[in-house]
Amino acid sequence: MRQSISGNLTGRPATLPAGLFCEPAAAPALVLGIGNLLLGDEGAGIRAVEELAARYALPPEVEAIDGGTMGLELLPYLAGRKLLILVDAVRTGAPPGTVVQMELADSSGFFREKISPHQIGMAEVLSVAAFTGDLPGRIVLIGVVPKEMATGLALSPEIASKIVVMADMVAAELTAAGFPLARRDPAAE
Amino acid sequence: MAKRITIDPITRIEGHLRIDCEIDGGRVTNAWSSGQMWRGIELILQGRDPREAWIFTQRICGVCTTVHAITSVRAVENALNLEVPLNAQYIRNLIIAAHGIFDHIVHFYHLSAVDWVDIVSALKADPKKSAQLAQQLSEWPDNSGATMKQVQERLKNFVDSGQLGVFASGYWGHPAMKLSPEVNLLAATHYFQALDYQRRINQVVAILGSKTPHIQNLAVGGVANPINPDSQSTLTIERLYHVKSLIDEIGAFIKQVYMVDVAAVGAFYADWTRYGAGVTNYLSAPDMPLDTKGTIFDMPGGYIAKGEVGSFKAINAFGDEFFKQGVKESVKHSWYKGDGNRHPWEGETEPLYTKFEDKGKYSWVKSPTFNGKPAQVGPLANVLCMFAAGDKATVKYTTQLLDTVSSLAGARVGVGALHSTIGRHAARAVRTAVLHDALVRHWEALIANIGKGDYATCNEPVFPRGEIRGVGFHEAPRGILSHWVVIDGGKIRNYQCVVPSTWNAGPRNSEEALGPYEAALIGNPVADPQRPLEVLRTIHSFDPCLACAIHLLDTEQRELFRVRTVA
Repeated sequence: MRQSISGNLTGRPATLPAGLFCEPAAAPALVLGIGNLLLGDEGAGIRAVEELAARYALPPEVEAIDGGTMGLELLPYLAGRKLLILVDAVRTGAPPGTVVQMELADSSGFFREKISPHQIGMAEVLSVAAFTGDLPGRIVLIGVVPKEMATGLALSPEIASKIVVMADMVAAELTAAGFPLARRDPAAE
Repeated sequence: MAKRITIDPITRIEGHLRIDCEIDGGRVTNAWSSGQMWRGIELILQGRDPREAWIFTQRICGVCTTVHAITSVRAVENALNLEVPLNAQYIRNLIIAAHGIFDHIVHFYHLSAVDWVDIVSALKADPKKSAQLAQQLSEWPDNSGATMKQVQERLKNFVDSGQLGVFASGYWGHPAMKLSPEVNLLAATHYFQALDYQRRINQVVAILGSKTPHIQNLAVGGVANPINPDSQSTLTIERLYHVKSLIDEIGAFIKQVYMVDVAAVGAFYADWTRYGAGVTNYLSAPDMPLDTKGTIFDMPGGYIAKGEVGSFKAINAFGDEFFKQGVKESVKHSWYKGDGNRHPWEGETEPLYTKFEDKGKYSWVKSPTFNGKPAQVGPLANVLCMFAAGDKATVKYTTQLLDTVSSLAGARVGVGALHSTIGRHAARAVRTAVLHDALVRHWEALIANIGKGDYATCNEPVFPRGEIRGVGFHEAPRGILSHWVVIDGGKIRNYQCVVPSTWNAGPRNSEEALGPYEAALIGNPVADPQRPLEVLRTIHSFDPCLACAIHLLDTEQRELFRVRTVA
């Protein structure tokens, strides 16, 4: 299991806020891993997005970002997106290791039932984005119910075994939404 | 008969904080501040390469990533006595100032303004009158009646849709809300505009930090930004001029909007200059080094005892003995083994959980002391120390803000009013303006230094055999942050972070002295114990961020917020 802290996930600069002089416009699809890499399974979302970038070649229409546990700093990254896939550790009441995928059709529902353990996190950001009109057209949450959230870099074995599953789910969702991903050739790496 | 209330957790902050108050006759008579998550993040660093510590520490908290990164490299550089090239100091200083401005604007408008501003009441405002009032107060060009009307309509759509979203946690219609509908609409309009300006200032961090959300450009010994005026892929003059244009845009917002709004809220809530002083020993770090050794600072810092500005004693350099010897942490009332005071280099983090015991252990936060006393940290401590040191910009903006408050309130409001709940907001606005001036200065200094042909950005660290110790400090948005590192044979043996919210949120210390949050609550009015808005006002004025003070989430905590009252 990787124990490093990730650097640049897509191998190119994360999109800077719209209007910046030297950067291209936001890619229409954003895959945003969130969580804390220092708290065991809390980092599962980011690990799954790293796995996605390792297994698949991401086309220019898809951007993958490690959002950590940031709050309002993430707001500029949401603007102008057609599709946002959030990848996170979630609490649903289901047993640890359960992988879930859900459509966040009504953003307010996300806030009423607080399923992400972060305090000022995505709930706050999405809520502000709803107010400013920057909410992405569609939001899909792909998550895993964590087991261990004690201080430490390693995922518990139950959750580690789900990282590839989650990465493949993200890839399938992107493909279904019209952003097909090609598998990287494992032999070439 | 005193009534006990428990607010758990405090909302609109990062991390998990529980506050207990005893209320008698409409006033808080006793208080306990309890961090509800355990800290143990330093354990991850033991045995690691000190050069990569910052990459981990910037993950401690989602709000304070940059500050933990910078403080970490400073701690290791201090242990090595390693000088940092001037360009690297300036680039770090620009990141520090831009991040501080971002953080303060977000705190005032997006996290704490709704303690004072009744968003729902803004729907009843006459936008024309709001605009008139705004134009009397400031020359800000974006205060027109049409702008106010637009924001009001947006709010109305939001409220009509049945979901208040981001405003859902406010105490609308509370008797302690005193602003007129017109002022509320004005504040709501600036809330909206502030979202745009916090974005712009964060772009400065993004450009210099090479990548956001997490900066990637730091290194022990300097920064990793190669400077080459002719290359497109490095930090070019073109990029630096783009940074300058962002700096200029945000300046007008700070001086014509933020400073003015804080003065107006202060004048309308002048009674809040009487509440919330609490601990008036103040500690702040000098910052924004101007030399490679870290012995000359653009922004002074130090210690003020018992609110006496004349007692100011400066901290003069990285590794200053006055600071190094002064800091201890008590665990008598914290859920750790032991009851003594320890220096951070000797610090241990061995949990010993009891239940919440009013007279025993009741918090995961340790209780730091400076020369044996609790100290308040944050923008108020910073502004008072810089004021005491005669910093020109601090004196100028403090005077300007107090003059505006005085003319709006129709009574002279002096520096003494800053020792209060509302004073912490005022100090944060002053600090933001001071940081902005510094941003301009350090940008010019960087350009001038590159102009001399100096492109150096990093000195290579070399680790000796045997043990070395270092401390790094930084005047972060929430106050003095210090990282303490013990390195043995090039590997980390101990690493402790003494974070701003530990200073402020700490429980009683070994001498039973109340921590700053606790002391500040004593005497606070509470009109309705079921809706303790006034308690939130005082706690939020510190800008709590408990995510790094303590860690480990309480996963069973499903409710967003609850207030319990016990007769």
